[in-house]
Amino acid sequence: MQNQEILSVQNLKTYFNTDDGIVKAVDGVSFTLNQGETLGIVGESGCGKSVMNLSVMRLIPSPPGKITGGDIFFHGRSVLAMSEDELRDLRGNKISMIFQDPMTSLNPFLRISTQLVETLQLHQGLSKSEAREKAIQMLRMVGIPTPEKRIDAYPHQFSGGMRQRAMIAMALSCNPEILIADEPTTALDVTIQAQILEIIKDLTVKLNTAVILITHDLGVVSGLCNKICVMYAGRIVERGSTDDLFRDPKHPYTRGLIRSVPRLDKTTHERLYSIPGTPPNLINVPECCPFHPRCENAMDVCCGRFPEEIDFGSGHWASCWLCSDGGGSGGV
Amino acid sequence: MASDNNILLDVRGLKVHFPIEQGVILKKIIGQIRAVDGIDFEIRRGETLGLVGESGCGKSTTARAIAQLYEPTAGEIYFEGKDLCKLSKGDLLEARMHMQMIFQDPYASLNPRMTSGDIIAEPLEIYRGRGFLQVSSSDIRKRVEDLLEKVGLSRYFVNRFPHEFSGGQKQRIGIARALALNPKLILADEPVSALDVSIQSQILNLLHDLQNELGLTYLFIAHDLAVIHHISTRVAVMYLGVIVEIAESAVLYDDPLHPYTKALLSAAPIPDPEVERTRKRIILEGDVPSPDRERYGCYFHDRCSQRMDICRTNIPYLTEVKPNHRAACFLYFKPS
Repeated sequence: MQNQEILSVQNLKTYFNTDDGIVKAVDGVSFTLNQGETLGIVGESGCGKSVMNLSVMRLIPSPPGKITGGDIFFHGRSVLAMSEDELRDLRGNKISMIFQDPMTSLNPFLRISTQLVETLQLHQGLSKSEAREKAIQMLRMVGIPTPEKRIDAYPHQFSGGMRQRAMIAMALSCNPEILIADEPTTALDVTIQAQILEIIKDLTVKLNTAVILITHDLGVVSGLCNKICVMYAGRIVERGSTDDLFRDPKHPYTRGLIRSVPRLDKTTHERLYSIPGTPPNLINVPECCPFHPRCENAMDVCCGRFPEEIDFGSGHWASCWLCSDGGGSGGV
Repeated sequence: MASDNNILLDVRGLKVHFPIEQGVILKKIIGQIRAVDGIDFEIRRGETLGLVGESGCGKSTTARAIAQLYEPTAGEIYFEGKDLCKLSKGDLLEARMHMQMIFQDPYASLNPRMTSGDIIAEPLEIYRGRGFLQVSSSDIRKRVEDLLEKVGLSRYFVNRFPHEFSGGQKQRIGIARALALNPKLILADEPVSALDVSIQSQILNLLHDLQNELGLTYLFIAHDLAVIHHISTRVAVMYLGVIVEIAESAVLYDDPLHPYTKALLSAAPIPDPEVERTRKRIILEGDVPSPDRERYGCYFHDRCSQRMDICRTNIPYLTEVKPNHRAACFLYFKPS
């Protein structure tokens, strides 16, 4: 049951046509998600994390965006081949999303109750009173005090943390198989972040929901996720279990990221490690390793071709020419 | 205290309240937002005081009140022995020359219609115009180019506009502008929180290097505990407009006293799965209350897991619990 594959993304490419050229927001990304798993997608802003997940839901505005290659399989069925009706069932019912800023994803004119009940009526076919009952139950599960009263509040009457709880309640109310959380705690304070992460952790275990957590915060993924994909400039440069990735990062970018974050539990008042330069512009990216201008180990071959993914065993993969000499033997 | 030469900034009993108004023509004040509600701290020369707390706790208001951008409701702010709140306009202008700010959002804090050179030169031009600086235009141009190089940009960027720079580069321009007048104190209000991880470490290193090179003193505001830990010599933790704990950085992180500090530290994620698995989190209940009413007890008591009866009725004031370690909590002392 645990290891049943529910989502598989294969060589996905999402490009945007702009006046300045083609933006390769997602450029050949593959990963799989199994039941009950928590997958973290880490990367800096503009690396294509959000576009990748919008592509999974087929929510890319087209034009200008277009999924130009690859495929997405949900329980073995191609999402790209689905009709609008099937997609409506997929979105919300099978896969649901929560976003960074709960204020912009809740309708400010409607009561929380209206928004929650609407979702349940639409997707679950419940009657209005049943839906309200279920909505109150969901709000209680995410820890909103006196949900019978608070359900009739408007979003502005909720604090940031409570709005995010309401979003989680809404997202999980239809028992989705996958919850995509796009930077769910970035707009929140540390203590509220801890509350929200705890809720996501508890509820997804209880409801057996798989989670894709998109974040830039390495601390958040290390506490919550079993698997991590590190994205850079539209590509996954390294993926593997959280433990492997933190213990033995293979890609210089992953290593750099881990080393450049100041840590609470280790005091150094010295200089931090830092990756020089800035992330590249995704317009007209050349067919090479996008990280090579910032990489301290860059070689001639790096500016020629994008490296193949190399298997280090137990699901740990990395795309770097440094590793390719060993040919997958594991050591560098 | 003000005579102690080692203390650059001494804040005493600072309060900043904002009125809540009602009505359009006949405005009536119906309440007060107590953004900063009586804080005391001092900053010594050459140190970095980290100010940490959740949003709405009054960190930014404190920095802005120090720069006299908000008029304090009560309290004194001594900068090099002079009370900034009582200075005349001209004297204040002179005092502010030694005190500059870096802002959080590099997109909003740079004028999009000015070139980076003009932005950095602006403080110099202002002080030259008022007769505080005797410099020529070519001196200013030279200084701007030097500053650009000092913050890690090329001197050929003087004629570029902010939109041509990335977020990290914009923040460097903001830093160069703050350095233009050779200030003694830099008030850095969340200077890295809008930046990506890899850029954040570059800016932190830059601030660190500049401090060593120029002997700067920082008031460094952030909500990220790890960043504060990294950069600060001393740390003050704020909650609802008051400082609940203040100590040397290493001491505060190793041995936090106030229950809020403990909760805050345990809530911050650590990027290491092995450490994360064994950590015990203190999850606080509820949200931060609104700062719109006067409080008669501990500001934290309604969320505190160790609250006692006296916490509701008496306000714990910041008290030295251990040498150089002050906390505002009745767990460590009796109300006077």
